[in-house]
Amino acid sequence: MTAFHFDVVSLPPSDHPTAGETAPDFTRPLVTGEYWEDATLSEVAADGPVLLAFLPMDGTGLTTHTCIDLRRRGWADDVTVVGYSISTPYEHLAFVRDHDLPFPLFSDPRAGVAERYDVTHDHGGMTGLVGARPAFFLLEADLTVAYAWAATEWPASRPYAAVERAIDAL
Amino acid sequence: MSAAHPPKEESALVLYRHVGCPYCERVVRVAADLGVPFHSRFVVPTHSLRDAVRRVSGQRAVPVLVDREHGITMSESANIVAYLERTYGDTGATGGGES
Repeated sequence: MTAFHFDVVSLPPSDHPTAGETAPDFTRPLVTGEYWEDATLSEVAADGPVLLAFLPMDGTGLTTHTCIDLRRRGWADDVTVVGYSISTPYEHLAFVRDHDLPFPLFSDPRAGVAERYDVTHDHGGMTGLVGARPAFFLLEADLTVAYAWAATEWPASRPYAAVERAIDAL
Repeated sequence: MSAAHPPKEESALVLYRHVGCPYCERVVRVAADLGVPFHSRFVVPTHSLRDAVRRVSGQRAVPVLVDREHGITMSESANIVAYLERTYGDTGATGGGES
């Protein structure tokens, strides 16, 4: 057996929405590279299927790499991609610009939405801070979940192939 | 650069503003006093990052009010306040003005 000199920790079980269930609706500031404004998920979804990507926080490698992966895969051409993290609108605006992201990011510093989706993650060693674990929810116009994944370990590899199949199957 | 997803605003009024801008706060207060609902769109203090404001108003200062119903876009808080009072106040187009 190979000895690994790093740790991948298991996260507690999550009771997040799963395929066929209805995802919780919410309103939060939605941030582009130019401005932000309150947006409601169900109104965003009314224009077509939404891929909602929960991310830890701007500046983490996992958030940066996931956002770049989402951009490179070009899914924003097929569905409405929206990210989510606890970072402030100011951080999101700079982050979207820095990485030329073709999709906006919801800002939720108090992590209330992550709590409702049961995808919070206490990153440890940062008292009072609660973030989100990586999670993807592919939602139809009425917020029915077509595909759901939430990280079960930290750090998590992301199931891009499965998301792509789910998008193709819409 | 990035795709925007404009919400279905309940209000025809969109106010471009930034946090801690007293001129913006004045417009917000007057709109609240008049009971005029509006949708806030926040930009950052750095003017060079305000292309969205320039696209709608031809310049980068905020506040900027966009009144779709009346086809109006205007900057300068004093102008906006006067416009709101004229258009939505008791003595405005929708009001009486008996006394």
